[in-house]
Amino acid sequence: MANHTVAETIHVPYLEEKGILSWILSTDHKRIGIMYLVSISTFFVLAGIAALLVRLELLSPGKTIVDAHTYNVLFTFHGSAMVFLFIVPGIAASFGNFLIPLMIGARDVAFPRLNLLSYWLYLLGTVIILFSLLKPADTGWTFYTPYSIQTGTDVILLTFGVFILGFSSILTGLNFIVTVHKLRAPGMTWHRLPLFIWSSYATAILQLLATPVLGITLLLLIAERVFGIGFFDPAKGGDPILFQNFFWFYSHPAVYIMIIPAMGVISEVIPVFARKPIFGYKAIAYSSLAIALISFLVWAHHMFVSGMSEVAATVFSFLTFLVAIPTAIKVFNWLATLYKGSIELRTPMLYALSFIFLFTIGGLTGVFLGTLAADVHLHDTYFVVAHMHYVMIGGTVMGFFAALHFWYPKMFGKMYNEAVAKVAWFLVFVGFNVTFFPQFILGMEGMPRRYADYPPQFHTLHEISTIGSWILGLGILIMALNLLRSLTNGEKAPDNPFNSLSLEWQIPSPPPHENFEKIPHVTDWTYGYGKKNNQEG
Amino acid sequence: MEEIGIDVHAHHHVDPVVEYKASKLGMWLFLATELLLFGGLFAAYAIFRAKYPEMFHEEHKELDRTIGAINTVVLICSSLTMALGVASIQRGKKKLLSLFLLLTILFGIVFGINKYFEYGHKFEHHIYPSTSIFFALYFMMTGLHMLHVLAGVLVLTALLILSLKGKFSENYYTPIELGGLYWHLVDLIWIYLFPLLYLIS
Ligand SMILES: [Cu+2]
Repeated sequence: MANHTVAETIHVPYLEEKGILSWILSTDHKRIGIMYLVSISTFFVLAGIAALLVRLELLSPGKTIVDAHTYNVLFTFHGSAMVFLFIVPGIAASFGNFLIPLMIGARDVAFPRLNLLSYWLYLLGTVIILFSLLKPADTGWTFYTPYSIQTGTDVILLTFGVFILGFSSILTGLNFIVTVHKLRAPGMTWHRLPLFIWSSYATAILQLLATPVLGITLLLLIAERVFGIGFFDPAKGGDPILFQNFFWFYSHPAVYIMIIPAMGVISEVIPVFARKPIFGYKAIAYSSLAIALISFLVWAHHMFVSGMSEVAATVFSFLTFLVAIPTAIKVFNWLATLYKGSIELRTPMLYALSFIFLFTIGGLTGVFLGTLAADVHLHDTYFVVAHMHYVMIGGTVMGFFAALHFWYPKMFGKMYNEAVAKVAWFLVFVGFNVTFFPQFILGMEGMPRRYADYPPQFHTLHEISTIGSWILGLGILIMALNLLRSLTNGEKAPDNPFNSLSLEWQIPSPPPHENFEKIPHVTDWTYGYGKKNNQEG
Repeated sequence: MEEIGIDVHAHHHVDPVVEYKASKLGMWLFLATELLLFGGLFAAYAIFRAKYPEMFHEEHKELDRTIGAINTVVLICSSLTMALGVASIQRGKKKLLSLFLLLTILFGIVFGINKYFEYGHKFEHHIYPSTSIFFALYFMMTGLHMLHVLAGVLVLTALLILSLKGKFSENYYTPIELGGLYWHLVDLIWIYLFPLLYLIS
């Protein structure tokens, strides 16, 4: 391993240099991480506003604020921006970039320039997608054929943008895999790696293996529209179900690209605030890989009602249950870590506990949907919408907020206002449940997803859901204002405010450009809480 | 460790040996994603060929086996010159490297020219991607492959310029090796495409 002497200039904090060029030309993984964080947060807000408008339209039956086409456009933008611009790059690109080299004791990722290229590709993809809004698509984020071939809206630009984003995702995953393999500090063995690294590694494998299939699928969809090839068009001998097979072959693993990094965050936050070593380290580490592998075998559970043989449906239903096992292993190990811990309810911990609670609901309702008989009834209803949001907001977004409040002091060298952050957490938690719990009932009563209108008997539940969305929105607004204000007005953060044992907390906040003055020699794992050191928590 | 390409002069944030190994691992991972990208098309090919065996049998006769065979030979030759290029620089023969890179690029261009005439011929006979599922597969598979040949030629040209500037030596040739790996993959994919499309029986 290298131990280069470094030039004097790189001991300064990484945030020191000012000016836009010093950012967009920077190959520093920490700056790239922050740029992703800012970008994905921006699209989280924009796509969130679209969601608020969707909910507002559904406040009462009949037309409330927009017509049906605009409604379709709104939920398409909400879905595709949330999925492709926020949650897929998400925690992996933002916190992954910032943290991976710090956690394994490296100075940067394996290919810093490639890393910057990934970010530029991300930007290029977003610009293309924003241009598509001149004639915004109305297909939903799944681009199902044959409608996506027939609609007059700009499906080509939107899917091309997503194709470019896929490149960014692949290159980021590639970079992370090589980084974890080749740049670990001396003594940082695989079984000493922080669990966030294990989860980032599993995510990167998924990005690498699944994204090319999405890429070719979208290329074929574009060729279908531009050249008139007929792979997905029954009139030309093609098969629209083939599109669904291709699409979900990517998009089911993509669900785990979205959730596994959040699981990694939870595995980091829980032991720190329970002051206990993580329980079942290896089980958690390897279950990430298990989830990644099984996730390639279950895609057809999205298509039980699209037409497939009963044998195929039964097999896919059974395989889907299998994914629940490694997922449950994680949950039980987190609970065992909490058991008899001296739990400190700081904001990151509140979000982490919310994750465990809400994600469990999301995961279990997923088992209902994976069950063949139940799915035939619940398919394409609000039950699916509620399930998906319990996993994506209850899971990933809670993990994202936990990460944001946990590593904020390290990233920006400032502390946020803890009391305000807790108020925001309370509103987010309550607002989320008020918004989405009624949707489980709506779904069971038969309310289909993606409809701009509904019969009067669904009015009350829709009304409650919309009011919930306002509470949720208010909570996120307060959270954002708190974090933004603290950038300038916050107290200076200590190097290790939460007494974590992980490497990134053993260096200054914010870290110097070169991360470590000397590459550390690692002698133990990072979860030795409550034993000899750091008893004060 | 003594035999691998190390740039002792460039400034790295990691040890050059580690960087060399990292680059190769990265390239192999990238090649895997490329295979998966084509994998989608191979899957579509398998599905539709099982569904429409007669269409595949009848329509493949429209493809020009001679040009296809010539292009196969051209690409195999280019892989050979590429491998010779890598072998040359490993032995420190800088001029030979430039020569072999140039030959590889020329083979790539010949492949492209052949494809240009082949496509043109198809259009003259009013055969387009929209003509049938088979021709859709033909144009998508060979078209995507052609884009990869084009990208490869551009990369090799950049490497040739660097080589002429004397950037590579027996101590540092990582980019040449990586470019070579990529070029071999492009070649390999064609080796599969040619029988699948041109030689159905
Ligand atoms: Cu799924």
